[in-house]
Amino acid sequence: MNRYPLWQYLLILAVLLAGLIYTLPNFYGESPAVQVSPLRASLKADAALLERAGSILKAASLNPEVVALDGNSVKARFADTDNQLKAKDVLAAQLGDDYMVALNLLSRSPQWLTNLHALPMYLGLDLRGGVHFLLQVDMKSALGKALESATGDIRSALREQKIAYTGVSRDGNMLLVKFRDAEARSKGEAEIKQRFNDFVLNDKEAGGEFLLQATLKPEAERRIQDSAVQQNLMTLRNRVNELGVAEPVIQQQGADRVVVQLPGVQDTARAKDILGRTATLEVRMVDEEHQVVPGAAAPFGTEMFKDREGNMLLVKKQVILTGERINDAQPGFDNRSNEPAVHINLDGVGARKFKDATRENVGKRMAIVLFEKGKGEIITAPVIREEIGGGRVQISGRMSTVEAQDSALLLRAGALAAPMEIIEERTVGPSLGADNIKRGFDSTKIGFIMVALFMIAYYLMFGTISVLALGANLLLLVAMLSMLQATLTLPGMAGIALTLGMAIDANVLINERIREELRNGVTPQAAIHAGYDRAFGTIIDSNVTTLIAGVALFMFGSGPIKGFAVVLCLGILTSMFSAVLVSRAMVNLVYGRRTRLAKVAIG
Amino acid sequence: MEFFRIKHDIPFMSYGKITTSISLVTFLFAIFFLATKGLNFGVDFTGGTVMEVHYTQPADLAKVREQLAVTGLPDALVQNFGSSHDVLIQIPLKQNLAGAKLSEQVMDGLRKQNGGVEMRRVEFVGPQVGKDLVENGALALLLVSLGIVGYLWMRFEWKFGLSAIIANLHDVVIILGFFACFQWEFSLSVLAAVLAVLGYSVNESVVVFDRIRENFRTMRKAGVAEIIDNAITRTMSRTIITHGCTQMMVGAMLFLGGETLHYFAMALTIGILFSIYSSVLVASPILMWLGVSREDFIKPEKTEAEEVLP
Repeated sequence: MNRYPLWQYLLILAVLLAGLIYTLPNFYGESPAVQVSPLRASLKADAALLERAGSILKAASLNPEVVALDGNSVKARFADTDNQLKAKDVLAAQLGDDYMVALNLLSRSPQWLTNLHALPMYLGLDLRGGVHFLLQVDMKSALGKALESATGDIRSALREQKIAYTGVSRDGNMLLVKFRDAEARSKGEAEIKQRFNDFVLNDKEAGGEFLLQATLKPEAERRIQDSAVQQNLMTLRNRVNELGVAEPVIQQQGADRVVVQLPGVQDTARAKDILGRTATLEVRMVDEEHQVVPGAAAPFGTEMFKDREGNMLLVKKQVILTGERINDAQPGFDNRSNEPAVHINLDGVGARKFKDATRENVGKRMAIVLFEKGKGEIITAPVIREEIGGGRVQISGRMSTVEAQDSALLLRAGALAAPMEIIEERTVGPSLGADNIKRGFDSTKIGFIMVALFMIAYYLMFGTISVLALGANLLLLVAMLSMLQATLTLPGMAGIALTLGMAIDANVLINERIREELRNGVTPQAAIHAGYDRAFGTIIDSNVTTLIAGVALFMFGSGPIKGFAVVLCLGILTSMFSAVLVSRAMVNLVYGRRTRLAKVAIG
Repeated sequence: MEFFRIKHDIPFMSYGKITTSISLVTFLFAIFFLATKGLNFGVDFTGGTVMEVHYTQPADLAKVREQLAVTGLPDALVQNFGSSHDVLIQIPLKQNLAGAKLSEQVMDGLRKQNGGVEMRRVEFVGPQVGKDLVENGALALLLVSLGIVGYLWMRFEWKFGLSAIIANLHDVVIILGFFACFQWEFSLSVLAAVLAVLGYSVNESVVVFDRIRENFRTMRKAGVAEIIDNAITRTMSRTIITHGCTQMMVGAMLFLGGETLHYFAMALTIGILFSIYSSVLVASPILMWLGVSREDFIKPEKTEAEEVLP
């Protein structure tokens, strides 16, 4: 009665083997590495980049252990940090500004494991050191900005249609348009309704004035806030790239918050500085009267900027428009020539200014300059073909599809859509991280040894089997965590120790049950069978309640606590498998074949 | 080896009044401390800044305080943390200082005073975050409680769910009482430990309840008190050994896990000790008083028989 069919043994063996393979990468440790990733969407990390990086390193006679493509980056691993730092400098100098060169750690596990996607566990910031920021996007100001620009748009729309109005003003979350009479108001209302469908309009008479109240529809409000967060996320990504962080995490959390995690970053002052920086965009005219003289100062009233190909251009100091006037920028195609283009949507004021500037400067070149860190870069400098009105601007010519996408992103993401504030910061130094790993590991190890010694002394053979099953549990848990690449935090390590302590419960239940059956005079084989059978229901019940707690922690917990919850939930699943199936298989192998079993070693 | 060779069932139910009174007293004590002293909430919940710095020589706390006063933080709390080289600085939340920049100002000041200082950890939590965490914590507690009651109701009967959750929430209150009494810091990880204990200690009640249900089926002639006594006595060995093993793991964390895990492990330790007691000696008497009976499990079989007969 205590035998499994062959396939069941094989299945259990296969699961354990898979567990072993996915646990293996954790034993190899990590080596210093350098990671090269392209900064622009138009550039890809490909075989050419791999070869280039390889030859640069070869020329500098730095001998990387491995140079390989991984995702959208090229990684090179070195034996020591000395070579790593040298390699970083050489690569950064020779590859130029288009690539980000960052320091990283790379697993030393052999290539065949990496090919199986067997990677070491992903360590959280409290274990590897680094900074965690939680930023709050100021939604009020995002809405305020949108309302401000709508005010201008409504004004120019009414003026265009020659509808007499006496004023447009903002009152909290509402826009007030004042008219002289009811007729003008109804005309104005029709016009506004047709052009601005984000608003709910209401008539109101107060103090002899004819008022029109415009309030944002809730869905429009949500859309504005959502796009503000999206734009901020994009801007943050661009800025974090500058920091040269190997594996940054930039994610939205909830409706109005952004999480930024920078592993390995120690200089938090610089990180905060860069995250909080404001980039601006300016539209200016290109100065075509003077020639660019390399090395010489720019003529009076002009400034010299580099464009993206590295050519110098002289640009007038007078600013036509700033990036604040851009409502949206999307990549697309030119209607006539079908060339790739960027479609920009300006707000009312911007549209009027742009119209005036283009009318006066047909045939001349206009430059769009992005300022960051006080340094300007010309994104594009197209020739003005005709007067452009209506606030819809198209930039085309000498652009690939990818470049169009890139420019649109830069135009949109150059600046933050709304201010952000750091509302949470957690910085862990690298020495504390290493200490934390050691402490977590030590307490798990010591606890495991104590439990093992006790179980073997108390339950003899069955205790030994229980300990082996517990070992299998640890193996499978680490394998699952490695496979899912779930973030392992210090509370997560505590979770591993705790689940091991709790997992032994299932084996104790079974062993006690077998003892009890034996005491009642049942034959050993029947006792083993009844022990496993009867304990099973109890094991399920008690694990489900712990699982409920784990799931609730996962849902409501944040950061390190989530790490704990993940380990708790996974640990319960693996412990059910190992405590019931693996230990049963071992008991069956030891005792199941003997037909006349007189005694079992259970203490 | 066998620790528990108990020949006769221990009449736990006849001690029911005594054991529940002991619980009630501990419970009232816990409530008393919670009401008078309150929990010493960590920076996770109150907001503020915590910094851990490491000195190459034993740190001079008076000098650190002096420097902080110069930086404009005379009310910062400075204490040793684990060793004489490590210093923990706690700064309450302030309106006039930009929270995220504060840690840099402090570090700059300390570096000027003593070059051998190393930043180990900074935690800054703004007031909005703290409020969210308190709300989420309360929600999680509620959800876990409801989930457990619901599951036990489904698996057993409502009387079991109710008595298990009363017994285990009483554990939670006692853990909180300890933290209030000794003014240990109540951080996010302690909250996680408390919730884990809630899930874990219900195990205990489940094991006993499983036995009670089984006994209702097998011990046909026994009374309710006898059945419960037998169930507790026969699972006692398992109870002690299981909790002993879990406690070995938790104990290793308590002594070797460092400061970060210390209170986490402390909450688990108190939880484990009290859960043994409460799930056996509180949950079962409550179950009996709620009037659990054989009919809750064994459906009368007569109806079917009657239908077969013409």
